[in-house]
Amino acid sequence: MKSIKIRRIVVTAVILLAAYLLQTAVFPSLEIAGVKPNFMLIVTASFGFMRGPREGMIVGFISGLLIDIQSGDMIGFYALIYLIAGYVNGVFEQIYFDEDIKLPLLLITGTDLLYGMSVYFLTFLLRSDFNFPYYFNRIIIPETIYTIAITLIAYPLLLYVNRRLEEEEKRSASRFV
Amino acid sequence: MKKKNQITRTNRYILIGLSVFCAFMMVLSSFSDKAAGPFRILANVTVVPLQQGINHVGGWLGDLKDNFATLQQLQEENDRLKEQVDALTTENNYLLEESYEYERLQELYELDQNYAEYEKTAAHVIGRDSGNWFNTFTIDKGSLDGIEADMNVLAGSGLAGIVTEVGPTWSKVRSIIDDSTNVSGMVLSTSDTCIISGDLSLMSTGQIAFDQMENNDNVVAVGDQIVTSYISDKYLQGILIGSVSEINVDSNNLTRSGYITPAVDFRNIQEVLVIKTTKAELTGENDAGE
Repeated sequence: MKSIKIRRIVVTAVILLAAYLLQTAVFPSLEIAGVKPNFMLIVTASFGFMRGPREGMIVGFISGLLIDIQSGDMIGFYALIYLIAGYVNGVFEQIYFDEDIKLPLLLITGTDLLYGMSVYFLTFLLRSDFNFPYYFNRIIIPETIYTIAITLIAYPLLLYVNRRLEEEEKRSASRFV
Repeated sequence: MKKKNQITRTNRYILIGLSVFCAFMMVLSSFSDKAAGPFRILANVTVVPLQQGINHVGGWLGDLKDNFATLQQLQEENDRLKEQVDALTTENNYLLEESYEYERLQELYELDQNYAEYEKTAAHVIGRDSGNWFNTFTIDKGSLDGIEADMNVLAGSGLAGIVTEVGPTWSKVRSIIDDSTNVSGMVLSTSDTCIISGDLSLMSTGQIAFDQMENNDNVVAVGDQIVTSYISDKYLQGILIGSVSEINVDSNNLTRSGYITPAVDFRNIQEVLVIKTTKAELTGENDAGE
């Protein structure tokens, strides 16, 4: 029972690290129209609705913290946004079932839109930069579209890993009964 | 049912707890740089070495993407570039001649060179800002290589940015096109100063804006070079920023503003040079400045 738990933690950590490395080192050279997809958000949201609020929160918090270390001026800013994103997506676990790809796509789209807007409101608007339509068209929308495209590739992979782990958890649970 | 409520409640406590922690860290890190210390040390031993490796993969993928450009385009460009090479070779020869003459004359008059040759060190860009909102990058040299905060970073011939944070083996550079950067610049030919500020809304056009240039009799035309000015307390004097691409007189008739095309191609920065002298060292304001 315990080894299965450890395995899940290790697998999650590896996924997070891989996502972070992709985000900071690989995607910058794959920019299209000056934007890159938000892979960390895909991972955070996926863990949220696949595994529930608690894992969503923890994954979101850690990915946000990684981003803060890499690029933020303030430690904790992105951590907070991703934390909330993970939690909110976790709430949708109850209506999620894994054959359906519509809900994940919808959730990730919504999360990315809200993410873009909150970054705008919390950093640019507070510096009295009111050009919201421009940023919306130029960054938020393209980023969301690109992110959806990446979701179509990344989400089945995450789903596959999660399914394998869940199968094993079930098997070991039934063995002990 | 009771158990489920229990779980929801614990989740809520975790959410509140972590949120408070984030808010606390934000407040702390806006007051002091030291708050981020432990996290950065953690990053040093875990993520940064991996980044250095994986970055090559990113570069390779980027090259692959660029290869999609059609062959014809490349051939056309090749022809054009060949012509340019010919033209530039001629020009270069001419300029070299002039430069030899200049050196001779300089020796003759024992003129001091305007700016001492600064000691530089080369570094690779290993990571970019993960979002689309700001423009910072990480390089693979840090305090162990003698990098300090506020050192100027060049890419090619132009100013790329300034070191904002330093770890043992990496440092963070904020580029001059970042939305939160302001640089004091001056026109090379007339020495008129201006303020150059990065702007996210201009980033896609590859330009940066400048303003507050005095509207005097000096003629500043499109194509004039802009370098860092003598006023700045962070940027060394005389580093090329770019050339004027548009200039207008403001409606107040006192100042001029416009746009600059940077000398650095910010989309494809791979290697940078860090100048190991800071302006503070040069002017001896190290203690007074803090």
